[in-house]
Amino acid sequence: MKYICRNFYSMIFLMIFFGLLINIDHINVYAFSPDKPLSDPLQEDRALELHEGLRCLVCQGQSIADSNSELARDLRLLVRERIQAGDTNEEINQFMTDRYGDFILMNPPVKGATYILWFGPVGALLIGIIAIYFLFRRSRLKKILTSQEDANFLNDEEKRKLRQILEEKSE
Amino acid sequence: MNQHSDIEKTPIKSQRKSKALFFILVPCFFIILAGILGFQLITGDPRTIPSALIDKPVPKFNLPPPPSSQEGFSDNDLRNGEVVLVNVFASWCGPCLVEHPLLMDLAKSNNVKIYGLNYKDSLENSSSWLKRYGNPYKGIGSDMDGRVGIDWGVYGIPETFIVDGDGRIRFKHVGILTREDLSEVVLPLISELRR
Repeated sequence: MKYICRNFYSMIFLMIFFGLLINIDHINVYAFSPDKPLSDPLQEDRALELHEGLRCLVCQGQSIADSNSELARDLRLLVRERIQAGDTNEEINQFMTDRYGDFILMNPPVKGATYILWFGPVGALLIGIIAIYFLFRRSRLKKILTSQEDANFLNDEEKRKLRQILEEKSE
Repeated sequence: MNQHSDIEKTPIKSQRKSKALFFILVPCFFIILAGILGFQLITGDPRTIPSALIDKPVPKFNLPPPPSSQEGFSDNDLRNGEVVLVNVFASWCGPCLVEHPLLMDLAKSNNVKIYGLNYKDSLENSSSWLKRYGNPYKGIGSDMDGRVGIDWGVYGIPETFIVDGDGRIRFKHVGILTREDLSEVVLPLISELRR
């Protein structure tokens, strides 16, 4: 019982510890560069959602919501202004891509240049499945072949014929 | 009995062929893939983002100069039928100071006009910076809040643009402009655009 308790507490401790590690950059952002939120909570929600979808160009792995850079802050402000001016989400994203290209979108759009990006992994998976299927089929064929050859009820001539048939099939 | 084992030992022809093919093709595939990825890793600079504005007309803007210089900078300056450089700089930007002597030389050579976009700088700082190090710019726009910079797709200064006579952005260089960049890329492109 004592052992279980200790284990339980250390697990809680570890969870909190790693939870903090994961959230450290978020904590930084909100602690040191508070933005002035929009007064309308619905509009502010939209702004935050858009911020998540726009890449910070200075620190490229982060969205502008997570980034501390000056440009990210300017862009956050700009998004809020466009919302207040009555722009739709699409218009705001278009505004950004007109200036910075598709690169600024955290989810690049599905189009000619990004087909490989979106469908490459699925394609690789399909090729893998097909390859496994053929390898599996061939090894099964081999099994049948050897087990048939071991069979005593066929004479050598019959075994040769069987091999021939199976080989033709496998080719 | 002898014949029997003989059959078992004989490898199946088709199987042997495709197995060999497999052992050649799969490593080849991975070597090619690794080659492509490695090439991208070594040659491509992930910090350089291709500009969305290449071959697009310059955005509309009209900015006043900092107190120490005479001429401001607006998009009208870029439609005079003349190929010009637009350099984005600030007094707080260290790398801008590194490329500054090169811009001074270029301005002295009278080869090409340079316009300056003073990005998110204070008027006093940019004025004293220009007094101290020299002013290579034909006109300077003070972009205090960085909005014009955003319209130009600026994300890491110094940045240098080539604008053709019709006011279209034809080239963008991000980072310090070196003498090699100038003589091998920028100047050849300018003389090509002048033709």
